[in-house]
Amino acid sequence: METGTPRFRVERWSRVSLSLTGFAVAFAVALFFVPVLLSSNATSKLTTLLILVLLAVMWNALAGYGGLVSVGQQAFIGLGAYATVWLCNHNMKPYEAMVVGAIFCGGVAVPLSFLVLRFRGAQFAIGMWVVAEVFAIVVSLDQSLGAGTGTSLIELNYYTPSQRQEYTYWLTLGCVVFFLGLLFVLLRSRLGNSLQAIRDDEEAAASVGVRVMAGKRLLFVVAGLGCGAAGALTLANTLFIEPTSIFSVDNTALMIFMVLVGGLGTFEGPIIGAIVLFVIQNEFSNNGVWYFVGLGAAAMAFALLLPRGIWGTLEERFGLRVMPVGYRLQPFRKDKP
Amino acid sequence: MTWVNAVVQGIMLGGLYALLACGLSLMFGVMRIINLAHGDIAVLGAYLVLVVLDHWHVSPFIAVLPVLPVMMLAGYVLQRLVLDRSLKSGLLVPLLTTFGLSIVIQNLLQEKFSPDVRSLGGPAGSIATASWQITSQLSIPAIGALVLGLAIAILGGLQFFLARTGPGREMRATAQDRDTAELLGVNARAVYGRATAIAVAIAAVAGLFLAIRSSVEPFSGPTQLIFAFEAVVIGGFGSLWGTLIGGIVLGVAQTIGAQIDPQYSVLAGHLVFLAVLASPRGGIFRVRRVAT
Repeated sequence: METGTPRFRVERWSRVSLSLTGFAVAFAVALFFVPVLLSSNATSKLTTLLILVLLAVMWNALAGYGGLVSVGQQAFIGLGAYATVWLCNHNMKPYEAMVVGAIFCGGVAVPLSFLVLRFRGAQFAIGMWVVAEVFAIVVSLDQSLGAGTGTSLIELNYYTPSQRQEYTYWLTLGCVVFFLGLLFVLLRSRLGNSLQAIRDDEEAAASVGVRVMAGKRLLFVVAGLGCGAAGALTLANTLFIEPTSIFSVDNTALMIFMVLVGGLGTFEGPIIGAIVLFVIQNEFSNNGVWYFVGLGAAAMAFALLLPRGIWGTLEERFGLRVMPVGYRLQPFRKDKP
Repeated sequence: MTWVNAVVQGIMLGGLYALLACGLSLMFGVMRIINLAHGDIAVLGAYLVLVVLDHWHVSPFIAVLPVLPVMMLAGYVLQRLVLDRSLKSGLLVPLLTTFGLSIVIQNLLQEKFSPDVRSLGGPAGSIATASWQITSQLSIPAIGALVLGLAIAILGGLQFFLARTGPGREMRATAQDRDTAELLGVNARAVYGRATAIAVAIAAVAGLFLAIRSSVEPFSGPTQLIFAFEAVVIGGFGSLWGTLIGGIVLGVAQTIGAQIDPQYSVLAGHLVFLAVLASPRGGIFRVRRVAT
């Protein structure tokens, strides 16, 4: 190689990632036809999977890109579900109420961020958990929301069961596509670079002029929106909620499970993690206590044996990228333009 | 006078929270591990005492004596075999590991002991119910005073261990800078093992007193865990005496909240926690790694 010519070039798209991204988009479009083609049972199960995907993607956005490890995202899940119930009680149509409820969660996240984003590291993690507990107690003190015993979305009876399942499915899929698209665009923008800089070293990022707080706040609000939507959709999918389960820290624990199993800080990892959890839930959840023991053991095993997660490990070993949100260096070859 | 009584009861309750929290504080201070299984480990300790009581008819205070070395060993093994490996990859992996452990402990307890609520108040005898009547509305429960005294003694002992003994100094050095400590000949892995062993054993003591004061069931770990976390954070991470103050602040907030309306008890604790965290200093004590 002659001196003076660059030996590496910066690459974002590769031929593989271009075709795979095209495939992913086509797959998402195909998914919209599922209710027409498959049984209602399959539709309902896919809805569950998509909600898991949404949750995993949101937690990954917070922790993997913003460095914000929250143990309290159930605050927004529960709030989204209960906001939907409240809006329906005040004469709003259920599906509109779900959208407005999710937006309400995003709205709550804005002022809340001024409080909790001041906390650092473990303080933030535990602080968010306490915020979630406060929300849970406040909700369970309200008789009109069913207090501690729970409530259901009776307004959904206005639709036939199959209609309900289809609409819920489409709304869920729409949410997943919307939030994945939003993150894809965000992470590829200038902001995405600054977010990853924040995750890697906050002080260093601030010192070169990255607006750390603004970046974190944006992620926190997006995650609030997304988790709120997931909560509202969970309500639509299961029809019944109670404060102790929807505000349970287990929800966040499952999010952590999915993200770490899939691969923290990768775009594709959380989706894989969600599929893994979904398969485990479907195959083993009839086994009662041993299902939970197995889930706990699986979490420990993944943490110990595959700390970078499934996708993180694959990416590292094979240099695989499906949805490119970063850049990478490739050896420069003359035969390529 | 009822308010004075509420404050006194709160201080006693704070002793229990401090006891629950000090292992958490130690593990975070030394290894930066947020142990999500800490509450379940405490509950496990209480169940092990129950197992001993099933075989020998002794007081729970005697029954806890064989439980402590077992828990210490379990803590040491847990650190060396499991947590050590997870430490290599940052804050998050230990979080997932201990979460997994938490689910495993809860469900194995349910499988083995049924979901029933169990209490050690009966076996503990008269001390569980005795109290000193100061005035008609102010009484000091013996068990509360015992727990508070024990919390002060254990925290003081731990403080002395860290500040004045060789192994304690090794622990502080490793907490501050693992690599440098290892250069100077400290076996960091053994130090971490010892820290977890101590933390787990103290958690078992806390579990014992939790079961004497009220009751435990297989899933009561997380509720206790969040109170313990609040005590640690209010007091400032890594500061042992801060943890005691944090526990007392939380306990008093809860009993005063309960005095207003029983259903505000836990809520009041949470709100005080958030208020303390939001205050300019972000905790009553300055955030430090390990008390010096």
